[in-house]
Amino acid sequence: MKTFCSVWLLLSLVELSPAPPASQEPPLACTGAPDPAPPQPETAEDMASTGDLEPTHYPARRAAQVALHYLNTHHGSPFRVFGLQQVHKASAEDVAAGGRKYKLDFSVTDWGSGSATMNKSSEEFFSNTTDVLNIAGPALRCSADVLFPRTERHSAPEVQLHCEALHQINSTAQEEDAFYQKYISPDSAVSARDIPDSFGNVSEEMQPFWRLARVAASFIMLRESSENTEFNMAKVASVTQQESSGEQLMLEFVVLLHDLPSQVTHKHTHRLWTLMDTEAVCVLTVCVCSAGDRSVEAAGVLVSRQRRQGPADRVAAQMPSRHQTPKLTL
Amino acid sequence: MKRILFLTALFVAGFAKKTFERDQVLRITAKNEAQIFLLKELSEQEHLGLDFWREPVHESLPVDVYVPFHSLQAVRVFLRYNQIQYNVMIMDVQDLLDDEEREMVKYRTIPRSTDDFVYTAYHDLNSIYSFMDMLVAENSNLVSKIVIGQSYENRPLNVLKFSTGANRPGIWFDTGIHSREWVTQASGIWFAKKIVTDYGRDPVLTDILNNYDIFLEIVTNPDGFAYTHSRDRMWRKTRKPNSGSSCVGVDPNRNWDAGFGGGGSSSNPCTETYRGPSAHSEPEVKAIVDFVKSHGKLKAFVSIHSYSQMLLYPYGYTSTPAKDKAELHELAKKAIASLQSLYNTRYTYGSIITTIYQASGGTIDWTYNQGIKYSYTFELRDTGRYGFLLPANQIVPTAEETWLALMAIMEHTRNNPY
Repeated sequence: MKTFCSVWLLLSLVELSPAPPASQEPPLACTGAPDPAPPQPETAEDMASTGDLEPTHYPARRAAQVALHYLNTHHGSPFRVFGLQQVHKASAEDVAAGGRKYKLDFSVTDWGSGSATMNKSSEEFFSNTTDVLNIAGPALRCSADVLFPRTERHSAPEVQLHCEALHQINSTAQEEDAFYQKYISPDSAVSARDIPDSFGNVSEEMQPFWRLARVAASFIMLRESSENTEFNMAKVASVTQQESSGEQLMLEFVVLLHDLPSQVTHKHTHRLWTLMDTEAVCVLTVCVCSAGDRSVEAAGVLVSRQRRQGPADRVAAQMPSRHQTPKLTL
Repeated sequence: MKRILFLTALFVAGFAKKTFERDQVLRITAKNEAQIFLLKELSEQEHLGLDFWREPVHESLPVDVYVPFHSLQAVRVFLRYNQIQYNVMIMDVQDLLDDEEREMVKYRTIPRSTDDFVYTAYHDLNSIYSFMDMLVAENSNLVSKIVIGQSYENRPLNVLKFSTGANRPGIWFDTGIHSREWVTQASGIWFAKKIVTDYGRDPVLTDILNNYDIFLEIVTNPDGFAYTHSRDRMWRKTRKPNSGSSCVGVDPNRNWDAGFGGGGSSSNPCTETYRGPSAHSEPEVKAIVDFVKSHGKLKAFVSIHSYSQMLLYPYGYTSTPAKDKAELHELAKKAIASLQSLYNTRYTYGSIITTIYQASGGTIDWTYNQGIKYSYTFELRDTGRYGFLLPANQIVPTAEETWLALMAIMEHTRNNPY
């Protein structure tokens, strides 16, 4: 069966492609408003949060959100996106190499389940249940180490994550397969704007695209996060299906990312494509470009997803070229 | 849009409700006369059931064609084969009609009373101002409208006053100071209706209103709000131009004279947290400052924002704890417990600076320093899934649960006069 699989991020390509001189055109046409001023740095008092942390306060929560972004890059799909439910315990310590490491104990829920209640009309909704709409799916307990490095230039946080029972949650492989089959058809030319719209509406059909955009945005949010940021995806400004080549489903998303402390909404464009082939090794390539001088660095972000278990692992081992020389196609 | 209405009228008139599921509208760009000719031929294939909203005339003009689902594949194959460029303008006509129906149903009648008003939808400024006038007209013994000033673009800054007697101490609520936080204005409307409904019915609220006035400013930033409807749904600030800059607007929640100019606010007019040229420089803020000072007897002040699901007390500009921190913390805990009891919505609570972020020049820091002890800020639903774009069907649940927290704060204020 063809599926979206778990993901890892290959950062080596980023190192291989250093940022070219400013005069050179980036390989991707990145559009969007120039980045507004960066978030204001916080006071020395804030920087000094070490030791046991109050789980409901922002230092712990921001670190947990970073772990969430990491979780979504690995386990997100058109039918699964995780959100933070609660931080139970947190602590932080400065590390020798410079930087601060957070240890976290937190719970997450799957936003993907519960979509059935999302778009009920108010009449339907209130006649059947007084259930709240913003809690979805059972909670998963996770622990994570999140390291925010202290470098001259911003570098992405490093995350180590473990969630209990992650592989026991209901597989969405069937829905993923159906989704892929539907949109890989040569007739398919998905094109939509404003998801959600001003009134918060997301049509049933667009739900998987929203989630996919959110997963792809998680790569950017993870990379851009620091102790002074707290990112969410505000909306999908547009999704446009690109011409498929062979078995690749290719989508271009323009998303708005909201940072809580600075209250800025950043616009990002990224292209995402999937390849599902008969050997059941799938490659989800996220090519990310954002406005501003980080565009080329972002162009090298490549993600390769591999089946969680079974024959693909053997197959993958037999096909080293697929994974060691990541393909950057446009 | 007219075309859709025409189609709807045509089909609804002619048949029982037809469905347009998976039908699409394609926009075709022919690049030469030969392609125009081909498109004309296509239009003659009656069995396809195509409807050209814009006929093929000339290669400089786009051709819009409504394609029923059963013909979609054939048409696309035809276009691809002939290398005719197109894109999908409307992906699913039925979806669009459903959306439009929903909108039309919501706005089918201009409400003639606040009982007609649709609380489960988002409204524009005119509708909200009409609501206020209706509420006052229907409850003139209880509610009056005060205009505390004008926005930069000269819109009235309207405050509803709920009062059962003269010279009372007061409780203040404001919503919509940041215009993109739409669930807050929508909740404010619901609160207004709730107050008039419950006065005389709910003993706790009745007792509160027999001793305190309630002031409710529903659209605290009307210029920004109008802008979120007309141009930019994500607009946060006021709409006052900044001299020497092409960027517009000041963050009204960084413009207050409490730690003004400190960390957690910006001196750059192009940022979302721009504090303004000076404290109280924004008419929307100055109006409230003047009102608070001249009233002199406000005992609780709650400023409502979204999103994050938090209940916050001072300070935002300094990590020095507020003098009344212990009491404020306990009351927040109680208020949140009430809130959560309804739909199990989880909130966190604490001081602004520890819980959400450092922010200087904020509303409740100023009101607290003026001596209004029970100064709180809410961040309503959700925690980032929809963020500012909270679905309308969450308006009423949000308002209902928040009201329980507000009642807890009001009750405590009533029981602890100072």
